[in-house]
Amino acid sequence: MSRDEVLGKVREVLVDALGVDDDEVTPTARLTTDLHAESIDFLDIVFRLEKAFGFKIGQGELFPDNINDPKYVQDGKVTADGLALLKQRMPHVDFSAFSADPRLEKVSEVFTVGSLVDFVVRKLQSAPAA
Amino acid sequence: MRWLWIDAILEHEPHRRLVAVKNVSLAEEHLHQHFAEDAEGSAQPLMPASLMLEGMAQTAGILVGSVRQFTEKVILAKVTLATFDCDVVPGQSIRYDASIERIDGAGASTTGIISRLDHRGGGWIEIGRTQIIFSHVDKNMSGLDLPAHNFVFGENFRAILGQLLPAKPEAI
Repeated sequence: MSRDEVLGKVREVLVDALGVDDDEVTPTARLTTDLHAESIDFLDIVFRLEKAFGFKIGQGELFPDNINDPKYVQDGKVTADGLALLKQRMPHVDFSAFSADPRLEKVSEVFTVGSLVDFVVRKLQSAPAA
Repeated sequence: MRWLWIDAILEHEPHRRLVAVKNVSLAEEHLHQHFAEDAEGSAQPLMPASLMLEGMAQTAGILVGSVRQFTEKVILAKVTLATFDCDVVPGQSIRYDASIERIDGAGASTTGIISRLDHRGGGWIEIGRTQIIFSHVDKNMSGLDLPAHNFVFGENFRAILGQLLPAKPEAI
C-alpha cells in the first residue's frame, strides 16, 4: 500500500472519529490543536485504525500510556529520561517542538496526521509475510 | 427513582455478548412527560430514545466490566453511533443485545442492537443500533478522585449483577 493510500484511509478514519471535513485532514494537521481531538477520541482512533488496516495496536504503542513514574515526569514536566523513552517507543512522532517545552499536558499536541501515517506505514512494513 | 434502565439479563456469553431486557410500563412517571400525538390526536407516551441509549450503555457497560470481574471501573466515554427507527410505547419490551468488538487495558469498543416486542402481537423486531466506547479508569491513575456515581456499577446494580455467572478471568 502506498503512502498516499495510507493517508487516504487514515483520513477516512479521522473524518469518522472526529467529525471533521476531508480537507481539514492534512499531513501537518495536529490531532488536538487543529482537529479538536479529545483524549477519548484517541481510543476511538486506535480501534478504527485496527479495523481499517487489519492489525492490532498494543496499548501505548500509538499514543503514550499514562506516565506517572517520577523518573519520567516531575512537576508536570517530562524529564530527559521520559523524553528518551517517548522517542524510543514512538519513532513515528516528531518530539522536537515538545522538547523545548516538555509539559506533560502538552504531549498530546505532538500527534499529527502525518505521524499516524508514519505509524501505519511502519506497522505494515513490519507485518509478517503471509 | 433508581437509575436502572434494564430489568433483567437474558443471555451472557462471557467476554463476548450480553442481552438484557427492559419492560416499558405506564406506571413510569417520565413517560407521561415525553409523548407524541397519535392518529386520534391524543398524547401517546413514548420511551425516550435517550433512555434506550442509556439502557444499551448499561448493558454494554456490564458486559465490559464483567470481563475483569468488575474489579476495574468502566465509564461511558463516547457514543459513535445511535440510530432508532421506531418508537417504543408502554406495553412493549425492549431488548438490548451488546457485543464487544475490541477490548484492552485502555477500554473497549462495543456494538449494540436494540429490538422491540409488542405483547399484543408480533415478535421481536430490530429498531435501533449503537456503537459505544468505554474507558477503563483506575481513579488513581490520573491523580483524580472520581466520584463513585460517575461509574456504571453501583449499589443499584447488585440485584441485576447477581444474575451473572462469574466468568473465568482472562488476561487482557
